[in-house]
Amino acid sequence: MDNRRPPRTVSDPKVRQVGFVTPGAAPPARYLSEAPTAAAASSPPSGDTAPPAISTSPVMIPPPRHSPSAPLAVPNPSRRDSLQIQVGGYNPPEVLLESPPLTSPSSRMDDAVSQFSEDPSISPCNGRSEAAKVASSFPGSSGEMMVMKAGIVGGGSNTPKSSWTTASVAKTRPGISEKERGAVVGMQNDGAGVSKTLKEKTTKAERRALQEAQRSAKAAAKESGAGVKLSAAPGGAVPANTKQGKVVKPPAQKKDGPQVANPSVSSEKKVVDRPPEKDRKKDVPPPRMQFDDIHRVEKAKRRAVVYQFEAKNRVELFRHLPQYIHGTQLPDLETKFFQLDPMHPSVYKVGLQYLSGNISGGNARCIAMLLAFREAIRDYSTPPEKALVRDLTAKISSYVSFLIECRPLSISMGNAIRFLKNRIAKLPDTMPESEVKSSLQSDIDRFINEKIVIADKVIIRHAVTKIRDGDVLLTYGLSCVVEMLLVYAHEVGKQFRVVIVDSRPKLEGQVLLHRLVAKGINCTYTHVNAISYIMHEVTLVFLGAASVLSNGTVYSRVGTACVAMVANAFRVPVLICCEAYKFHERVQLDSICSNELGDPDVISKVPGRKDLNHLDNRADIENLQLLNLTYDATPSDFVSMIITDYGMLPPSSVPVIVREYRRENLWI
Amino acid sequence: MRHVTRKERREIRFFRCGGATSRPNADAPTSSPDSIMEPNPKPNHGISAYYQTRAEHHAIISGDWLSQAQAAAAAGHPPEEPPASAAASKPFSVIDEFNHWRRKPDLAEAVAAIMALVAGIRSSDATTMMELEIELKKASDALKSWDTTSISLSAGCDLFMRYVTRTSALEYDDFHAAKLRLIERGEKFGEISLKARRTIAMLGQDFIFDGCTILVHGFSRVVLEVLKLAASNRKLFRVFCTEGRPDKTGLRLSKELATLGIPVKLLIDSAVAYAMDEVDMVLVGADGVVESGGVINMMGTYQTALVAHSMNKPVYVAAESYKFARLYPLDQKDLEPALRLIEFGVPIPAGVEIEKSARDYTPPQYLTLLFTDLGVLTPSVVSDELIQLYL
Repeated sequence: MDNRRPPRTVSDPKVRQVGFVTPGAAPPARYLSEAPTAAAASSPPSGDTAPPAISTSPVMIPPPRHSPSAPLAVPNPSRRDSLQIQVGGYNPPEVLLESPPLTSPSSRMDDAVSQFSEDPSISPCNGRSEAAKVASSFPGSSGEMMVMKAGIVGGGSNTPKSSWTTASVAKTRPGISEKERGAVVGMQNDGAGVSKTLKEKTTKAERRALQEAQRSAKAAAKESGAGVKLSAAPGGAVPANTKQGKVVKPPAQKKDGPQVANPSVSSEKKVVDRPPEKDRKKDVPPPRMQFDDIHRVEKAKRRAVVYQFEAKNRVELFRHLPQYIHGTQLPDLETKFFQLDPMHPSVYKVGLQYLSGNISGGNARCIAMLLAFREAIRDYSTPPEKALVRDLTAKISSYVSFLIECRPLSISMGNAIRFLKNRIAKLPDTMPESEVKSSLQSDIDRFINEKIVIADKVIIRHAVTKIRDGDVLLTYGLSCVVEMLLVYAHEVGKQFRVVIVDSRPKLEGQVLLHRLVAKGINCTYTHVNAISYIMHEVTLVFLGAASVLSNGTVYSRVGTACVAMVANAFRVPVLICCEAYKFHERVQLDSICSNELGDPDVISKVPGRKDLNHLDNRADIENLQLLNLTYDATPSDFVSMIITDYGMLPPSSVPVIVREYRRENLWI
Repeated sequence: MRHVTRKERREIRFFRCGGATSRPNADAPTSSPDSIMEPNPKPNHGISAYYQTRAEHHAIISGDWLSQAQAAAAAGHPPEEPPASAAASKPFSVIDEFNHWRRKPDLAEAVAAIMALVAGIRSSDATTMMELEIELKKASDALKSWDTTSISLSAGCDLFMRYVTRTSALEYDDFHAAKLRLIERGEKFGEISLKARRTIAMLGQDFIFDGCTILVHGFSRVVLEVLKLAASNRKLFRVFCTEGRPDKTGLRLSKELATLGIPVKLLIDSAVAYAMDEVDMVLVGADGVVESGGVINMMGTYQTALVAHSMNKPVYVAAESYKFARLYPLDQKDLEPALRLIEFGVPIPAGVEIEKSARDYTPPQYLTLLFTDLGVLTPSVVSDELIQLYL
């Protein structure tokens, strides 16, 4: 694709302008460093090739991140930078998948499918949403698609779906201000340029898909005239036409020209594009909601069961995370208990338990969820005229979205859901409903048994071989595996002492302390503040984990990283006990991009200390932001060993396990 | 079914390269020294049989060591001469067989174990596959518990078991055909394991460049092979040999190298840091390669690697893949102790303790590359290979 680029830049001045823009739109890392120059460089050429309005380059305008009322047209390089970093760095391109993460990938796909079958130009809204879907699902690959979507959207509705992809930014603008409609042309060109650069990053499959799309687009180009009119009509007809007239020329030389020109072609192309997209979808981790994206948050709110409050005083780096609001909505939800009919009562109950914090810990939450699903499946009956596989998947998805509203999913739960959906999808069509239900229920039982219960036993057996008489074991917080391990080691007669390190505000370690002391194990209890003092007498550190990511990073209760780091500094081996079903192929370098926020109030208040009331009116203090993180990421350097049901592994072997066991038999 | 084929493919691959490993750690040898019921008692409670064999192979001339070893052997029953009663009571003893093979100077212990197990299959009078498998399992367990200090022995046994019992050979209808097939495979396995050293030499000698200085610690047949091949390829290099207390393995290596015409300098073990400035790379062998990618090797390897690491010199390990073991030591003390007697040349004052451990564990972060018959690996790949073979 690259080889097409030079002629084009020469032949079409508008495209040349795009060339200047592209470095900015290209991968964010580069973007960051080049940002000022790119911004500076982009305006002059755009000035001579396009109307001045375009020199503000809609492609580069950040979406309204902080407040929707902020003037959109103001080019603000610094803000754009931050935005772009998030696009590229925090979310893989796929994460940009448009529709809210609450719906499952598969159901989303179904939506898309059904929409594709309709004529995109029937209603602007319809066309737009469809376009948005595809655009966002090909953020890296098909800039031209985005462009034509921008075209479709030209007269689109006022509620922009996404402010994340550059193209969708372009999309939102015209909707918001009619005056800038003229800018569409420029936008298109910018978009085309973006596509050029983005294309370089595409995978083979994507490129093939693109080519197919282009071929079909060419075939469809003949009918384009009518289609264009149709699509352009709902919006502003004139700008749409001019844009068409302008860009129709390149199609002759360029393969991707036609799409740029003909919005109507998009429908065919989308249809063609779908299969590869579908394949890819399986490999792609489910998208994460970015909670500083106002539009999406609003949309999610509308369909939310749980009444959502707006959190005040968000902490700057953590705006993208779901803000903590849980405590306030529990009573509200409880009153709704008898009104919600789509939600199965057991799922509802589990949701409430998550919300109130009665169930916490990766395994416990996962098991509770699976058992609730199991009951729901038991009580399930396929509604008339629906396919079981699809309906049940949709049902599960709706349960999952409810649970997410109650508390963000843990990675272990995500994996379990993935397993369940995979089982449902693999069900043969001919199977009678009762059999399906019983087989799914036994699958769930088996998952719980094999992946959690037995896995824990195996882990304990492995781990106990590392405990020698006279050891001093340190653990942090409450991990059920570590607890079982310590109890087991005590039962087999190992002589050891336990140091339990705890931290505010959860003080989970006290639970562990209580249980271990009851078993007659010699314990020391301290807070994480004293970690460097206590560490010199420790011989082994055992920690639990919420997840282990494929670069060996351990994602666990906040404070774990600190304990591991200190242990490493003292040359004390750090052993992580984690079931293999919690492994995740994602790579994460910090604790910021994916995390969970807890109740800020609990860190501002100290129970039993009425005199510490300096933060009592914290809501009124505008420059005060409280941050109560739930998880942190421990770099693999600090981890000596990960004990899983597959044995004792170095952190560098996590991707091997993920590679070997995730794909082939998806867990069973 | 698909799963099985995948494993098989892997095994075949591993086999082709002559790999080996050991069992999971959970059931690490816990056998107590009280298992006197064995026809062949353990060599000696104090001394590691592994190092004893090595000493014999390398013909270390150390009067004290020999006399001590002999005394020790006399104290416990010498493994070389199994009690006649035991031999009579059992027509075939895998340990006798193993000891027979073990004597051959060029045969690694793992290969000897494989040979012994093949002989076990051959002389077995089992009539069903299951029976044979159980017998084989018993034999390999006996071998493993006979010398719990040898990593490559247990690794070789495990790998053989893995390879032999998990193949299509078991699907033969005719038991004798299956048995023959097993024997054939076992022999092939042993053969390939024998060739491993040659493969490693081919791979390893590329890293030796003209004018370089190589520090070698301990005596390793693989390392010698690498150096030999490099020398025969007319590479010009210099070798520093550490003395290798207490059995003076460095002396032996320097003698071998000198006969090849390679310039050698002998250092005392404590001069490693002193000499490290001049050294371009460190090349060591290994008794065992563990799951973390670290190696267990003769005492002093760890400190050599530490010094090299701190001076940014590469540390290469040459090890056959049958030394890959599913062990994961966390630190030096987290190993099955392998003790040896150490002579100080002077009488030891009463009440003074002696550190008798024969080997140490070098963590993977101090190693640069491993030369194995599976290829040149970074330490983290070891675990990959082990997982692929064992899970």
